[in-house]
Amino acid sequence: MLKITEEVYNTLIEHVKKEYPNEACGFLAGEEAGLATVIFPMRNIDESPIHFTMEPKEQFNVLREAIKRGVKLTVCYHSHPATPARPSQEDLLELTDPKLSYIIVSLANKEAKLKSFKIKGGAAEEEEIEVIR
Amino acid sequence: MNLLINGEKKTFADGINIAQLLKVEDVESPDMVSVQFNGEFLKRHEYDAAYPKDNDEVNFLYFMGGG
Repeated sequence: MLKITEEVYNTLIEHVKKEYPNEACGFLAGEEAGLATVIFPMRNIDESPIHFTMEPKEQFNVLREAIKRGVKLTVCYHSHPATPARPSQEDLLELTDPKLSYIIVSLANKEAKLKSFKIKGGAAEEEEIEVIR
Repeated sequence: MNLLINGEKKTFADGINIAQLLKVEDVESPDMVSVQFNGEFLKRHEYDAAYPKDNDEVNFLYFMGGG
């Protein structure tokens, strides 16, 4: 179960819509695993509608900011502008931090559709999302 | 010795190098992480020769990319 504050949820949806038709990416952070109370939108250095890559230096800057704010990185998110909200083969191979949740936001239909997964050993398991106030 | 790992204070055996530390931290694919040792990026071939001292800071993050 992943709990996300309403504010973070709304900011995340805004971010991925703003980056459309390219993929958007970023981190969410919280006081404990399974919680997302802070959002760190990041740059997709691929600037592509079918790929995303985070820049390592920016990742470490975000990590330092999270440490300063007393939160841990708990979620990596990215969007699928034209495909469903499920991990692609590339996602399953390359998203390898087993401690994170991975949110994928699909913009393939009118409404943004958001799902969260745990990925381990190349396999994904969907987890429930609860939006909290 | 005590080290700050991704902002969290943890205790490790003295004499551990970065490659061993990543194993202790359950990193199964060291090729998929970037490491900063006291704020400086380490190259992968430097992991075996980098030995943190008490109160050093080691941050590591997985590559984040996909499709």
